Amino acid sequence: MKIVLKQVNLLNPEQKLQQKSDILIEDGVIKKIGGLKEEDFKTSKVFDFENKYCVPGMLDMHVHLREPGREDEETVETGCNAASAGGFTSVACMPNTSPDIDSAEVVRYIKEKSKNHLVEVYPVAAASLGRKGEALAPMYELFEAGAVAFSDDGIAIKTPHVLRHAMEYSKMFDAPIIEHCEDDSLADGAMNESATSTLLGLPAIPTVAEDLIVIRDIMMAEFTGARVHIAHISSKNAVDLVRQAKKKGIKVTAEVAPHHFTLSDEMVKTFDTNYKMNPPLRSSEDVDAMIEGLIDGTIDCIASDHAPHSIEEKEMEFIYAPNGILGLETILGISLSELVHKKRLSLSQLVEKLSINPRKVLNLPVPQIKEGEKADLTIFDPDLIWTVDVSKFKSKSKNSPFDKRLLTGKSIAVINKNKMFYEEKFFGI
Amino acid sequence: MSLSSRHLLGLSGVPKEDLQLILDTATTFREVLERPIKKVPTLQGKTIVNLFYENSTRTRISFELAQKRLSADTINFSTSTSSAKKGETFKDTVRNIEAMKVDMIVVRHQSAGVPQYLTKISKANIINAGDGLHEHPTQGLLDMYSIRERLGKLQGLKVCIAGDVAHSRVALSNIFGLKTMGAEVSVCGPSTMIPTGIESFGVKVLHNINDAIANNDVLNVLRIQLERNAGVRIPSLREYHQYFGITTERIEKFNRDILILHPGPINRGVELSSEVADGPYQVILDQVTNGVAIRMAVLYLLGTMHN
Repeated sequence: MKIVLKQVNLLNPEQKLQQKSDILIEDGVIKKIGGLKEEDFKTSKVFDFENKYCVPGMLDMHVHLREPGREDEETVETGCNAASAGGFTSVACMPNTSPDIDSAEVVRYIKEKSKNHLVEVYPVAAASLGRKGEALAPMYELFEAGAVAFSDDGIAIKTPHVLRHAMEYSKMFDAPIIEHCEDDSLADGAMNESATSTLLGLPAIPTVAEDLIVIRDIMMAEFTGARVHIAHISSKNAVDLVRQAKKKGIKVTAEVAPHHFTLSDEMVKTFDTNYKMNPPLRSSEDVDAMIEGLIDGTIDCIASDHAPHSIEEKEMEFIYAPNGILGLETILGISLSELVHKKRLSLSQLVEKLSINPRKVLNLPVPQIKEGEKADLTIFDPDLIWTVDVSKFKSKSKNSPFDKRLLTGKSIAVINKNKMFYEEKFFGI
Repeated sequence: MSLSSRHLLGLSGVPKEDLQLILDTATTFREVLERPIKKVPTLQGKTIVNLFYENSTRTRISFELAQKRLSADTINFSTSTSSAKKGETFKDTVRNIEAMKVDMIVVRHQSAGVPQYLTKISKANIINAGDGLHEHPTQGLLDMYSIRERLGKLQGLKVCIAGDVAHSRVALSNIFGLKTMGAEVSVCGPSTMIPTGIESFGVKVLHNINDAIANNDVLNVLRIQLERNAGVRIPSLREYHQYFGITTERIEKFNRDILILHPGPINRGVELSSEVADGPYQVILDQVTNGVAIRMAVLYLLGTMHN
């Protein structure tokens, strides 16, 4: 089947590509960029994408698909549907499922479940067995089965001893260790420690709980020469630490979630459990530091930390409610609204954070917008104004603090694996 | 005269007129408590549920007595296990209770924010009887009442809240209420027991108990909450008593005019010496009596509002 994306703005900073053009895709492969003939339009399904942008398919490198184990909250399929609606052609899913992704069987199970979906799923496997931080998971086998990185996400790798060996071992196949940076002994809380937590009387987590593990991990990365990726960075000091480490040439990268560069801990005053996540929403100073880190390149990626939870679990007393919020279907809109439209990042920079850098961190090839290449593309309208409505989410869960928020910029279509998602429907191309 | 809110969730943001009205109304009920027949028919026909998710003896008894003296029908629901562990969600429990047609809910819970949450899922008037480390507004009110009863005013008084401020819901309610009423408020305790950013609420932070005694009219002494892991924040109870304990020697040396309050239960020999706890400077048992009057006032004012 042939499709034409008409008069779309092609943008791929990796290729230094920025041009307005028609593009012909046949059987999932980019056949022609520009120079399309009358014939091409006649024999193809034509999409008029004038004023829309077509970029390398976006990859959300931090999502929780909940399968296996909590299929009532999300499945590989519903998570991938949410990813498609949010503009993603790939996701990396975290290992804190039940059972954990600490055996090749679970990696293969997830791969199998996502095989026929438009969205490519890259499992991040546990670094230690059962994410207990005691013995290494079978990392080589996990890698061969399709895992792209290792993490005990939900918690940091427990001891420097195990961290060291996980780093040394993963170095053999150049897979990064992704760390949820938080010192356990300081993390017994429901929100960020600040005057606001004092005002609300909620047990709180200080930013130093994050900073301590960030510095530990950076030093271990320097010592082992391995690559470490800081997941959902949220504290100002942590951003500074990563900035300094990068200057020293240490192999450290970082991602930030949209809520950490958009919302401050003041929001918890509502006691709405949709403002409860880990790391917690920080001070407005920390929020500003996230934007600063995105601008100067200290923070490489934007990832949603998509964490579905059932309604009955979230509708709970604040201290008992689980951490986490949805992200896949709002991340692009928030990033465009808060970063691009507020002139903090250019569109090209945003594409780097959402498409290119996540793949570099995970050692995956960046899709090229070039004749002869497979079409792995995200098409978005940076100026479309829309209102978030959780009831329309593809995700199985509804726990988003961004419900009813007005955003500027939205995904229009995604194309990958000979499939297209457009106007709420999947179809083969 | 009526209150500006149909709930009492905390003293933060409660206008001075409301505080004044509650304190003045309590004076009337305080007088009722001295009568041979300590009962008025004011809330006859009203049903009040005491929803206690955390152990409490005095607060629950005080509320229950207040309700009985106002002739309300009272139901006690006490559980120390969280709804999460019990299998039924908090929301379902509340909806079930509400389906039995209750007018007011008095709630105590381990989690801050539960009273606010209740206002969203229930139509009843909500009274916070203590939520997490957040607020305990009727305690704040009864403390203010007891101070006013003894010293005749609140405006311009210097009040210090001493002890484990970080793990006290009494502290915050005192701070907000007293400041609104025009008192000057400070806190005193070991730095590990002073919560982050408390200065931003306009209170001075002290670490020397002698200075606190010397420079204040009132000392509201908080309980060292042994159950809240105090052991990591202070080396020992002995050391706490040595440096922060209120003793007769300290009072007599630094300020014989000081008024000592304590929300109870007292750890004798820790935050207060026994001599002080039973001595002439304290009003601890008056606070307990006043607590019933304050709770009657709050229940009356909320229970007779047009919802």
